[in-house]
Amino acid sequence: MSKVLIIGEHDGKTLNPATLKCVTCASGISGAEITILLLGVDTAAVAAQAAAVAGVHKVLRLDRAENAHPLAAMFAPQIVAVAAGYSHVFGPSTSFGKDLTPRVAALLGVPQVSDLMAVESAHRFRRPIYAGNAIITVEADPSRTLVATVRVASFEAAAQGGAATIETTAVDVALPAHTRYLGAKSGSTDRPDLQTANKVVSGGRALGSAENFKILFSLADKLGAAVGASRAAVDAGYAANEMQVGQTGKIISPEIYIAIGISGAIQHLTGIKDARTIVAINKDGEAPIFEVADIGLVGDLFQIVPELERLI
Amino acid sequence: MQKILVCIKRVVDYNVRVRVKPDGSGVMLDGVKMSVNPFDEIALEEALRIKERGANVEVVAVSIGVADTQQQLRTALAMGADRAVLVQTDAPIEPLTAAQTFLALAKKEKPDLILLGKQAIDDDANQTGQMLAALWERPQATYASKVEIADGKLTVTREVDAGLETIEVDLPAVVTVDLRLNEPRYVKLPDIMKAKKKPLDVSSLDALGIVASTYLKTVKTEPPAQRQKGIMVKDVSELVDVLKKKGLL
Repeated sequence: MSKVLIIGEHDGKTLNPATLKCVTCASGISGAEITILLLGVDTAAVAAQAAAVAGVHKVLRLDRAENAHPLAAMFAPQIVAVAAGYSHVFGPSTSFGKDLTPRVAALLGVPQVSDLMAVESAHRFRRPIYAGNAIITVEADPSRTLVATVRVASFEAAAQGGAATIETTAVDVALPAHTRYLGAKSGSTDRPDLQTANKVVSGGRALGSAENFKILFSLADKLGAAVGASRAAVDAGYAANEMQVGQTGKIISPEIYIAIGISGAIQHLTGIKDARTIVAINKDGEAPIFEVADIGLVGDLFQIVPELERLI
Repeated sequence: MQKILVCIKRVVDYNVRVRVKPDGSGVMLDGVKMSVNPFDEIALEEALRIKERGANVEVVAVSIGVADTQQQLRTALAMGADRAVLVQTDAPIEPLTAAQTFLALAKKEKPDLILLGKQAIDDDANQTGQMLAALWERPQATYASKVEIADGKLTVTREVDAGLETIEVDLPAVVTVDLRLNEPRYVKLPDIMKAKKKPLDVSSLDALGIVASTYLKTVKTEPPAQRQKGIMVKDVSELVDVLKKKGLL
């Protein structure tokens, strides 16, 4: 039987929705018994949330003062100590998971499959290569623990309604002193998180200035949407880097993605391929974005955006 | 700081539109332009800037791959690396094997710093740097957008989903670089000529005691699913109508 250990991502208060997508992915392995492992200083509140996720068998809390920040060098040896007895170790394909899971795999001496997008069996998966321009089916050696990251854009969040047991565990491993957390800077706002938002309004270079991006923020606030940007807009200094959507930014899968003044470079389209509905607003009717858009509107964004905000 | 190792991968050039073979056995690579993985190019540029800031540093470019990978290492030498090492093999190399091979080179070369791209743009695995740091039992600083060196320590700004994070790591360390760290220099013709005289050693997995792992098997390669053709609307009110009908507003 497959036993899947999911490394839960959280900020000390809230379980990151990416973890719910990992649960859905793991549930695709027939008969899998799913455990969520939480590392932190005090994971009680997050553990209660994790235990309420449908399909989760057990929540393991690993509380330790050194776990205040998710440093891979500190987390990995603890996860390795817990991983014995599990057939699979999954993490989300977020900056947290991508940093951490290969370190776990290497310490276990096992391979990793990155960015699972579909589960075909316990050891057979599909994943994208070449920025999503090809999809491969990979078979992993079933005699070894399989470490994987889960492409969050490819799975729905697991539902509520679970009643997993919560256990506290401790591992006796020495942690290195060579890595220290100094701080974080985020451009975070009260708006929904771009990575997990259901609605995203995104702007390109056609916005023309950081000042002009305000019309997108205004529309987004009325919609309850997150705000993204193309790489061109970020490089031009109109938008913060963490707003970047695309191959070199965030790969997202909202219910609706409204691309405003974005021409649709390949690297941007790679980041929005999994959006349920793509709306494109652009003054150039020949822009490549219209080839992938479900709904297109050709016109001047500076007239269309305020009118759209008024009509919704 | 005395020595920096930069890991380089030979990949399909980023301007090539990759196509899947009709029989599903892989992607078409015949006659396709090959280049240094762009993220590795940024890693090399960072090493060269550290050297140019006055440190007496030797920059060594290392790679694993087919004989033609010498072309990419020559590019690295032309950019300014002092010497290069190719671990030549025709075997497909999984990230774990790559990490084990670079570890073997690190044990020989004893670098203070290993720089490499956060991922290669072919398999998009995003694993080798982290695995190498784990096996080397040294710190990792992934997705670096800023690297500062002082007193045997690195302060690294990392690009994470929530914004930017700063960590401090002791040397030696592994740093994987993100797009924003720097803009790599263009290679000039005289540098290409000079690079021909720089040392490029060829080694093998055998010589390093590495057996290429075959834990992962690619059984099929397919093109991605295409999206259905969409509709065009004439104005904002029609757009709003369509969105309401779809239940999206």
